[in-house]
Amino acid sequence: MIVKELDQVVVRFSGDSGDGMQLAGNLFSTISATVGNDISTFPDYPADIRAPQGSLTGVSGFQVHIGAGKVFTPGDQCDVLVAMNAAALKTQYKFAKSTACIIIDTDCFQKSDLEKAAFKTDNPIEEMGIKNDVIAAPISQMVKDCLADSGMDNKSMLKCRNMFALGLVCWLFNRDLTIAENFLREKFAKKPAIAEANIKVIHAGYDYGHNTHSSVAHTYRIESKTTVPGKYMDITGNKATAYGFIAAAEKAGLKLYLGSYPITPATDVLHELSKHKSLGVVTVQCEDEIAGCASAVGASYAGALAVTSTSGPGICLKSEAMNLAVIMELPLVVLDVQRGGPATGLPTKSEQTDLLQVLFGRNGESPMPVLAATSPTDCFEAAFEASKIALEHMTPVVLLTDAFVANGSAAWKLPKLADYPTINPPYVPAELKGSWTPYQRNEDGVRYWAIPGQEGFTHILGGLEKDNATGAISTNPENHHLMTQLRQQKIDKIQVPDVVVEGDKDDAELLIVGFGGTYGHLHAAMDEMRAEGKKVALAHFKFINPLPANTAEVMKKYPKVVVAEQNMGQFAGYLRMKVDGFVPYQYNEVKGQPFVVNELVTAFTEILNK
Amino acid sequence: MCEFTAKDYKKGQPRWCPGCGDHFFLASLHKAMAEIGVAPWDIAVISGIGCSSRLPHYMNTYGMNTIHGRSAAIATGCKVANPNLTVWQVSGDGDGLAIGGNHFIHANRRNINLNMILLNNRIYGLTKGQYSPTSPRGFVSKSSPYGTVEDPFCPAELCFGARGHFFARAVATDAAGTVEILKEAYKHKGASVCEILQNCVIFNHGTHESVYTKEGRAKNAIYLEHGKPMLFGENKEFGLVQEGFGLKVVKLGENGITEKDILIHDAHCEDNTLQLKLALMQGPDFPIALGVIRDVDAPTYDDGVYAQIEEVSEKKKYHNFEELLMTNDTWEVK
Repeated sequence: MIVKELDQVVVRFSGDSGDGMQLAGNLFSTISATVGNDISTFPDYPADIRAPQGSLTGVSGFQVHIGAGKVFTPGDQCDVLVAMNAAALKTQYKFAKSTACIIIDTDCFQKSDLEKAAFKTDNPIEEMGIKNDVIAAPISQMVKDCLADSGMDNKSMLKCRNMFALGLVCWLFNRDLTIAENFLREKFAKKPAIAEANIKVIHAGYDYGHNTHSSVAHTYRIESKTTVPGKYMDITGNKATAYGFIAAAEKAGLKLYLGSYPITPATDVLHELSKHKSLGVVTVQCEDEIAGCASAVGASYAGALAVTSTSGPGICLKSEAMNLAVIMELPLVVLDVQRGGPATGLPTKSEQTDLLQVLFGRNGESPMPVLAATSPTDCFEAAFEASKIALEHMTPVVLLTDAFVANGSAAWKLPKLADYPTINPPYVPAELKGSWTPYQRNEDGVRYWAIPGQEGFTHILGGLEKDNATGAISTNPENHHLMTQLRQQKIDKIQVPDVVVEGDKDDAELLIVGFGGTYGHLHAAMDEMRAEGKKVALAHFKFINPLPANTAEVMKKYPKVVVAEQNMGQFAGYLRMKVDGFVPYQYNEVKGQPFVVNELVTAFTEILNK
Repeated sequence: MCEFTAKDYKKGQPRWCPGCGDHFFLASLHKAMAEIGVAPWDIAVISGIGCSSRLPHYMNTYGMNTIHGRSAAIATGCKVANPNLTVWQVSGDGDGLAIGGNHFIHANRRNINLNMILLNNRIYGLTKGQYSPTSPRGFVSKSSPYGTVEDPFCPAELCFGARGHFFARAVATDAAGTVEILKEAYKHKGASVCEILQNCVIFNHGTHESVYTKEGRAKNAIYLEHGKPMLFGENKEFGLVQEGFGLKVVKLGENGITEKDILIHDAHCEDNTLQLKLALMQGPDFPIALGVIRDVDAPTYDDGVYAQIEEVSEKKKYHNFEELLMTNDTWEVK
């Protein structure tokens, strides 16, 4: 048996939504990350609670890209495809490379399974014209045999099938099973019998591969080349976002308050923050999206770091209370985990289609800072930065992530809070007692924060326009114009870092421009083009409003610019509004799926050759 | 004990129409706050939008005059984030029960420790005269020139339906009655709904006419007091008794009825059946119930949140961000 050294490999686990593919995939990435590989994951699951078993619409997938060095995306296509039933093979084969190894459970390729998956013959491999190596194993039967003495019923035994597949994949990649064992014992701490059954099955899968050499020519080893020493963990974007808020609250010395309403794919942030009562985090699951945001505005007035989280149509419902925070000039972070739209749209899929809404989708002149996280681990940084801006500039801030970065995971070097900047909200100075008015501003144009409970600073805020000098209700035309300008200037004055140009920054013939969660794919496309000898650079934006000071300079520096985004051109249009005479090429795709690096390379090369 | 006077809670010059019920209520609120004695800087008064929602601007406390319908939700966040504040949430019938109906019922269900004021004049005043969710069927207004074809809410029914634990009612012009229920609402831990019946002199004049004057109330209202017999009338000559599944008005001395036969009010009774019957009484056959109709102790949401934080904090071993990080599976790269 040959052990082949690889730089990187992509594995896709797929099966029925009830087959536990997300768990198997997660576990494999954790094992890989633990041995020091870089990882990037992409859970691809259906929106249905439970589509009919074995049906084409019920297939759930989890793709993980592991690399010896840095990996930027979960990969376009996989090297190993696990298909736990006929429907999975049918729908997921398109994600497999021509050289991919395919693992199937032959017990789920019986006549009825093939019918449900709309196969016409009884030989799906031939019918689909599959020429790949196929490990066809009677997984279900072997799992049942393996657990025959466990006293478990048939259904419970079959729930362990995913672990057999995982064991087989672990064998293929020479993975140590100890990590999986520890994980399972912890996950099923209250049900030790289940933990031991899963562990038994994972070993059975591994041994099956080892004993039969599973009709493949070689197994693989992926060494670790991660250079930065330190402690690491595997983290999803949503968890990193939650951690960012916790870190910011601690740094600012404030209580963290989350007002939210469950909505896919943002709900995991609510789940995560709800766990951490021992950090004093307050989470309120409200009656609706409106109340989620409104209650956060109330919490902000009361003196907390207030956050509300949502996705999809939820952001429409929050816009009213977000605007209240604009006029009351209160700190608030609005997390929008973008998903496919419009309306309910594609709840579990990823897009970047909320950009213009969060920038402009409110009545009146309503300037609001907007940040977009660029990767699962960047969600931590972005959540911290969004909180810092909100608190220091007394403004609601929108943090955009998307289903792709929120559900995806990556290896994350544990941060040290001491390395992060302090957060200094503009608390009202005690010496202003008696003379203070609510819209008195500091040198950054930011009004002071007078938290209730302090004598001498009682005041009433509200949704009606206020007189800048007295804080009383005012419909004076000159005052309204002034207040509009002051609210705008306050946002314009926020300092954000310059946008960084990567790649051939001096002599690129094509500048790729993107924002938010597409960073990995755009970077990978640039790398590939540069490897072909082309002169390409990438300017990827995280700070959308205000834009970095060097934006216009960068946009005008290169002969050709392409703005690539998962919408119909929202960021390109916004840049055109902000940069005089800027006319970029556009690459727009709204499929609910991540970009495909190869397709990007083809499209960008065409632009280059024009 | 009282170190504050009504003046300490007052600010500005109200801009409501002369004769508006809001003026009367505001004066009673100032007076009640002084009698309660919580410092103005430990109070937040939070309203939505509407005539009555201007109220915070006339308070020398913390507060917000927010957006239409959302004040119960905003007050929820304010109270839960900072339970040391005494929070008064002020709505009208449109703000609180139409656009804000969802927040109203959920604040009651959760039992947030809020004092919730519902100023009910059965009309939209600020938008100049449209029917509200408490306007009676057939009500003629600018948006219902031929009369409405829908039934109104009874606020008490919503409160009870949402499993509310405190409901009281007063007439805006009755300062003593209003101050009394506001103080009781403050004392009650949890969501306390106070319905204030008030007149809109411009768009719905006379809507609560039968009880708007002292004489009217003597005839047409019953002041409920916990533990006291339910007697009413100018000379307390009438009383309420239970008959079948409902209530019945009886006259003392007629058909051998004595005070012993009259129902005793039990605001603390957990079962709200009879309390709801009282709240639903309408003229001319029944008196309108005023005072504290229901006042039952129950765990509050905000107390629950902090008790849970304390309990979990004792059990869990991580209490700051870096300790939290170490609860994950980590690996070291050297």
